[in-house]
Amino acid sequence: MIGLQADPIRVERLLAAVSGDDCGAVALFLGTVREHNAGRRVQHLEYHAYEEMAVAELEKLALGVSERFAVSRVALVHRTGRLAVGEISVAVAVAAAHRQAAIDACRWTIDTLKRTVPIWKKEFFEGGEVWIEGAGRPGE
Amino acid sequence: MDVRVRYFASLAERVGRPAETLQVRPGTDVDGLWRMLVERHPSFATLGFRPLVALDMTYADWKQPLNGVREVAFLPPVSGG
Repeated sequence: MIGLQADPIRVERLLAAVSGDDCGAVALFLGTVREHNAGRRVQHLEYHAYEEMAVAELEKLALGVSERFAVSRVALVHRTGRLAVGEISVAVAVAAAHRQAAIDACRWTIDTLKRTVPIWKKEFFEGGEVWIEGAGRPGE
Repeated sequence: MDVRVRYFASLAERVGRPAETLQVRPGTDVDGLWRMLVERHPSFATLGFRPLVALDMTYADWKQPLNGVREVAFLPPVSGG
């Protein structure tokens, strides 16, 4: 389960996609929309993507995590479109035989996703709107 | 040669459209293309960031030539997640 979707993310589906009798650990990360950012009260967010490339980068990411960590299955889903405060914007689920690999892989995956996948968030707050610009570059 | 240029997020807003097609001389690299675009779109002068570039959906550096490339995308620093 790797990709983008406009519909709300169903966590149970991600967990079902990665779970298996070969695994003793499942690590799950959810990114959710926060009500405040940089002193502003957030009303909602919009996520925009370079869709074909974002899907390709998510797939590269899933391959990359399997190369670096002893994991069995990875699910990565990012939403696009308008999200209200509290909604899940991104979900990463990793299953492994043992917990160290699951937890480390999950962390590496979300950190790398935020650096490399061509998705942008636009924040709508009381009084205006602003594109959020990331700090890193994919090579770093 | 013809190259399709795509813009995203704040860059697309500045340009006012998500894409355009340009004629470039063979041997032009990303840097050369960007300089053409800055002349065409004066709002790029106050950009505040150096865009990332992807050639046919793979990140590239600015010295890469455009020969054989179908689609160039200029991307603001990403902010997914």
